[in-house]
Amino acid sequence: MRVDVTVNGEARRADDVWEGESLLFLLRERLGLPGAKNACEQGECGSCTVYLDDVPVCACLVAAGQAHGREVRTVEGLAVGDELDPVQEAFVEAGAVQCGFCTPGLVVAAHDLLNRVAAPSDPEIREALAGNLCRCTGYEKILDAVRLAARRR
Amino acid sequence: MSPIRTALTSALTSEVTGGIGTSPRRPDGNLKVRGEFAYASDLWHEDMVWGATLRSPHPHARIVSVDLTEAIRVPGVRAVLTHEDVPGLNRYGLERKDQPVLAEGVVRYQGEPVALVAADHPETARRAMRRVKVAYEVLEPVVDVETAAGAAPLHPGGNLLRHVPVRRGDQAATAAVVVTGRYEVGMQDQAFLGPESGLAVPAEDGGVDLYVATQWLHVDREQVARALGMPEDKVRLTLSGVGGAFGGREDLSMQVHACLLALRTGRPVKMVYNREESFYGHVHRHPAVLHYEHGADRTGKLSYVKAKIYLDGGAYASSTGAVVANAATLGIGPYEVDNVTVDAWGLYTNNPPCGAMRGFGAVQAAFAYESQMDRLAAELGLHPVELRLRNAMAEGSVMPTGQLVDSAAPVARLLELVRDKPLPPPSGALDLRDMPGGVANTTHGEGVVRGVGYAVGIKNICFSEGYDDYSTARVRLQVVNGEPVAQAHTAACEVGQGLVTVVQQIVRTELGVRRVAILPMDTTIGDGGSTSASRQTYVTGGAVKAACAAVRAELAAMAGTEDLSEVDLAELLGDRVVDRTAEYRHRRTEPIAPVTGQGNAHVQYGFAAHRAVVDVDTELGLVKVVRLDCAQDVGRALNPQAVVGQIQGGSAQGLGLAVMEEIRTSGGRVRNPSFTDYLIPTTLDMPPMGVDVLELADPNAPYGVRGVGEPPTISSTPAIVAAIRAATGLALTRVPVRPEHITGT
Ligand code: FES
Ligand code: FES
Repeated sequence: MRVDVTVNGEARRADDVWEGESLLFLLRERLGLPGAKNACEQGECGSCTVYLDDVPVCACLVAAGQAHGREVRTVEGLAVGDELDPVQEAFVEAGAVQCGFCTPGLVVAAHDLLNRVAAPSDPEIREALAGNLCRCTGYEKILDAVRLAARRR
Repeated sequence: MSPIRTALTSALTSEVTGGIGTSPRRPDGNLKVRGEFAYASDLWHEDMVWGATLRSPHPHARIVSVDLTEAIRVPGVRAVLTHEDVPGLNRYGLERKDQPVLAEGVVRYQGEPVALVAADHPETARRAMRRVKVAYEVLEPVVDVETAAGAAPLHPGGNLLRHVPVRRGDQAATAAVVVTGRYEVGMQDQAFLGPESGLAVPAEDGGVDLYVATQWLHVDREQVARALGMPEDKVRLTLSGVGGAFGGREDLSMQVHACLLALRTGRPVKMVYNREESFYGHVHRHPAVLHYEHGADRTGKLSYVKAKIYLDGGAYASSTGAVVANAATLGIGPYEVDNVTVDAWGLYTNNPPCGAMRGFGAVQAAFAYESQMDRLAAELGLHPVELRLRNAMAEGSVMPTGQLVDSAAPVARLLELVRDKPLPPPSGALDLRDMPGGVANTTHGEGVVRGVGYAVGIKNICFSEGYDDYSTARVRLQVVNGEPVAQAHTAACEVGQGLVTVVQQIVRTELGVRRVAILPMDTTIGDGGSTSASRQTYVTGGAVKAACAAVRAELAAMAGTEDLSEVDLAELLGDRVVDRTAEYRHRRTEPIAPVTGQGNAHVQYGFAAHRAVVDVDTELGLVKVVRLDCAQDVGRALNPQAVVGQIQGGSAQGLGLAVMEEIRTSGGRVRNPSFTDYLIPTTLDMPPMGVDVLELADPNAPYGVRGVGEPPTISSTPAIVAAIRAATGLALTRVPVRPEHITGT
């Protein structure tokens, strides 16, 4: 199967895609974009979160073919050149990144939250990020990062 | 895309300021937030094929026959291997070489690797695996740890892996007040998010280059080389990005397998476990059964402690021996007790193999001894903190092993700090999302009771029992573009904790340079030791400091003065390069005497205390941890932000063990190998944390540091369970506490 998809603003094509492949596999193994992560591949951890037509989805739960003709934005598409997105910058500054395996998914989820709610309350942040597991940080510094990014945006 | 993506291909540099005691940016931070940091599962080579592992469905069985014919015929399959294809020793292990690379004749746990496949596409490999025909004769599994010693032997020497007795003082001591208890700790998983992965690339010299996520490059190399039947210099390891570890990467997983497939196919081989396979692919925290008896006088002063601790090692030894030693030597907690009788046993069973996980033997014991302290406090009518203060050890105390505690042991102060923190507002004043059950809207406060609990714990830092525990660092200084630039090279694994940041900080402080590049961690330099036992800042930090001192001595000789503060390094160096390698060893420890358990077995002790506040919905048995505060002594906080991050993350893992995390087995079979059924804390489970960090320098350690990573995982669990007990009045002798333990249904 052939998949044509716009990724981070660029038209991309993949051939010989097997129908069982996920959007996550397509991005990571065929399009050279391993930013979205593969912590569970079962829709339970959020590490694979990407935008599909501006809506955050777990890329591991979307069949590659479903992305045909649509727009995907991954964590690799958030920074502008050397300039980090404010959410990315806040994650580094606040110490919200340890191993970082959860980070791409959390950055996209937090980016989406701040697009929807400019100044989220703590319970709103916790609820919005509840689908993204992190095993290293205990989340406190991730909350700090989101608060910091919200203040700066 | 470049033809190969292999982890860190270039040095990491970032901020140019920030010595020790500050919190500069991580040098890998920007790459990580951009999604450009190459983790082991991101590795890629244009010629690569995919490896997969066929695993045993049975916890215990004889392998009658293996038929590969159908699997080899699948189009796209490159190789199918069994134990017959292991050219070297088909055995490995950290303490005992008891674990086969691929099963030979018998399988001893569900998920044990039996055969390997390499194919063009991961799905092709999976399909081929299903066509490998293995005939098993199922055997009765040994699953009960308390009776395993007398069960049919699973290994030639029988099922007892190690027994550590500790005897101190009067073995017949009696007391006015006695409390006893039997406790259980379930099997916890490290649940690091980055699955086991790596890329093995066959080399022109007949050897292999392995890019992998691990905790200990040199010991991996030793084990891989032995299994491949190759000299160690033919096996070269480079650390790729590691998505967390927590002990679960100290043993081999796919390392030998990928190398075998790469050497057989002549192609680079990538292996990536999925989450289910990850649950079978690494060791877990030992489940434990613990029997305790505490005797005290009427003032609460402990007269004696007796304990019997059974640790389930599962099918293979891994690091069970060291876990047993920790449980035994730290088994009564951070208290002064004159009369101690502790026995800890590690046993083989057909349960999943268990080994290292953050807290390593100290976690299991702490749940039991802290539960006992609460029982004793209740018996005496004392506040739980008051009882602990009356027995708290301090600098100058003597451990049950006879070892003098010769640096800060502020157990009382840590307890007072968490006790005296302000309490959160009462339940009901809170958002629905803060209620037990959260937005599931199971309660608005009816049936909800609040409880507060306390705990304190002790952990040995670095490797114990006479192990030659060291690290190696190389520091190179030269002028680049008119500015002195340092490079630091070690084999010490960065697994997320921030060692790369701390190494840069040390070099900046010691050499007064701004730019410090971290070279990729690999086996071209000497051993860095394991990223475990909370030891890397201490030991590798010590090695980097020593290498810097050697560089500085050379600079001083060049400058003709010891005081370099006024010297322009760029001018002094010119086009010369100063390059020094140093090893650092902490002070030596001794073995534990086999019958009495006496000896100076540990290097350093770390302490943390927690206070937990919980709300419990008694009708549904749901627990919401409302607040979790921690106080810990870290000797010296080289990077305060990273220290607090370790304390918060470690406390979260302790919360997981308290109320949700357990690999549930029945008859040796894992019932919940997924994040759907094995739950770890989310943003809705973790409460806000107040953290107090004490810096009471240890004069024996570089900069006075005390290991940070493990202590917060130890006291978090018993504090939370104590709070649930305080709320409900229930005995709760097992973790994780499940809703049915609270509702009694
Ligand atoms: S990898 Fe997609 S949700 Fe976990
Ligand atoms: S930083 Fe490691 S999982 Fe979040």
